[in-house]
Amino acid sequence: MIPLGGPVAGQGPVIPDFGEGSDCVVENRLFCPDWVRDNWSGTLQPALLEHVKLTIMAVAIGFVISFGAALLTHRLRLFEKPLVVFAAIVYTIPSLALFQLLVPITGLTTATVEVALVGYTLLILYRNILEGLRSVPPDVLEAARGMGLTRRQTLWRIELPLAVPATMAGLRVAVVSTIALATVAALVIPQGLGYPIFIALREAFKTEILVAGALAVGLALVADALLVVAERALTPWNRSRRAA
Amino acid sequence: MSGVAAEIAFDRATKRYPGRAEPAVRELTLTVPAGEICCLVGPSGAGKTTAMKMVNRLIDISEGDIRIGGTSVRSLDVTRLRRGIGYVIQQVGLFPHMSVADNVATVPRLLGWSKEQTTQRVDELLDLVELPAVDYRARYPAQLSGGERQRVGLARALAADPPVMLMDEPFGALDPITRARLQHELLRIQHELRKTIVFVTHDIDEAILLGDRIAILREGGVLAQYDTPEALLARPADEFVSRFLGSDRGLKLLALRRLDELDLAPLDGAAGPTADGSTTLRDALSQMITAGTRSLVVLDGAGQPRGVVTMESLTDVAA
Repeated sequence: MIPLGGPVAGQGPVIPDFGEGSDCVVENRLFCPDWVRDNWSGTLQPALLEHVKLTIMAVAIGFVISFGAALLTHRLRLFEKPLVVFAAIVYTIPSLALFQLLVPITGLTTATVEVALVGYTLLILYRNILEGLRSVPPDVLEAARGMGLTRRQTLWRIELPLAVPATMAGLRVAVVSTIALATVAALVIPQGLGYPIFIALREAFKTEILVAGALAVGLALVADALLVVAERALTPWNRSRRAA
Repeated sequence: MSGVAAEIAFDRATKRYPGRAEPAVRELTLTVPAGEICCLVGPSGAGKTTAMKMVNRLIDISEGDIRIGGTSVRSLDVTRLRRGIGYVIQQVGLFPHMSVADNVATVPRLLGWSKEQTTQRVDELLDLVELPAVDYRARYPAQLSGGERQRVGLARALAADPPVMLMDEPFGALDPITRARLQHELLRIQHELRKTIVFVTHDIDEAILLGDRIAILREGGVLAQYDTPEALLARPADEFVSRFLGSDRGLKLLALRRLDELDLAPLDGAAGPTADGSTTLRDALSQMITAGTRSLVVLDGAGQPRGVVTMESLTDVAA
């Protein structure tokens, strides 16, 4: 199942052969800027973009599912236990085992990867959205009811906006952990920053391992920072409290 | 249902909770005349908040009825009913994610008012509760003091000009100075707007200060007495009411009236300590005690002696 064999004869190498590069590459020093320059557009940049795509897709789908489940549970408490248990079980399955389970069904496809990645976002997103919805103070809800807001109006105008901070906290964890986890996608499909890492591991080619790893870490930091900025923009009332 | 005040009539309104033998409110019958403040007081467990919440159907009426301006609250759509009733609670319940202006604009927006009309109304109300719109419009609740928050809560409840207001211990969480200020502010606003207000409090002094009428409820949600503060203090219906009013109810009664309202004895060249005509009888009595005298010379607005008040005339009032 793991497409990590050497370049298949006749198809040529999957990545440019780094055996004939500069002295730095030949000696396999820790970091060779010339290799990065030569392989940025061919290998690293596409892998980074694929990684971003895998992450966004997983978190977006996970968010939609978790959001729906949280709304349902907010209305009907009896769904909470089964949903939490399901999400927790999914969360505890090791990713390698999950791939093993899924490949016979969905094959070596993006779907296999996404099902796994989405599965890992559910617990954190669901719990945080629900916690956010429940964080609305009772006096706020009573005032809303007393003023004649319907349940739906209360949900959309009061509860959901007030659930934003907890939801964003969940999104940050989900995004960062998905970015880390998506490197494992390379076990199933030749995509994402995990792929160049696997290739380079075979040869113990330090520069590629280092650069791909650093890109994954950098991506996680940038994504987290963007989410912090988004949260500030979405919750001006919290900013004012900080200033007050 | 907006603008002009409407009478609220409780007609044998009863609230029973399933599984409990005794009702929380038992056959409550009383009428709050349009434009008056009715204070519901009583010990905890007397059902005063329950009685109030039956008006806007936050709590359903089990038996009997409540009519606002002759219309049964049970016959109206519940959201429409609530949008037509101002609602103020102790914890205020401002929406923390909305600015002061957006909070106040809640009901007008639900009612589909135009943007200009809403903005104009919000500014008008913030000025009414003495929070200058320019300074306060854009603030968030977290940036306000407790007193300011309750002012916004009051403005929000008044936003759509409801004929009826329900207030559930609105000043209970405030410090004494802020509370006194807001009590007087409410009286000023009420003097201007003349709403029909049901005001729940456990503080009898607050009820005496604010209420045109006071309904005293006893445990089990039974109405013990419904009367004006003067009548209540002068003629408590029974032992429970008199205990609830406190052992100083004679002084409370004196506090309700001012020297100007008395028929004064002629001056006859009397001299001694003086008191302004706007002094309450209670303060006048206190002044006599501290001055060691049995009479005071009462001055008119211009500071000229107008007559004499004696300790006997004060005790006659309280009797």
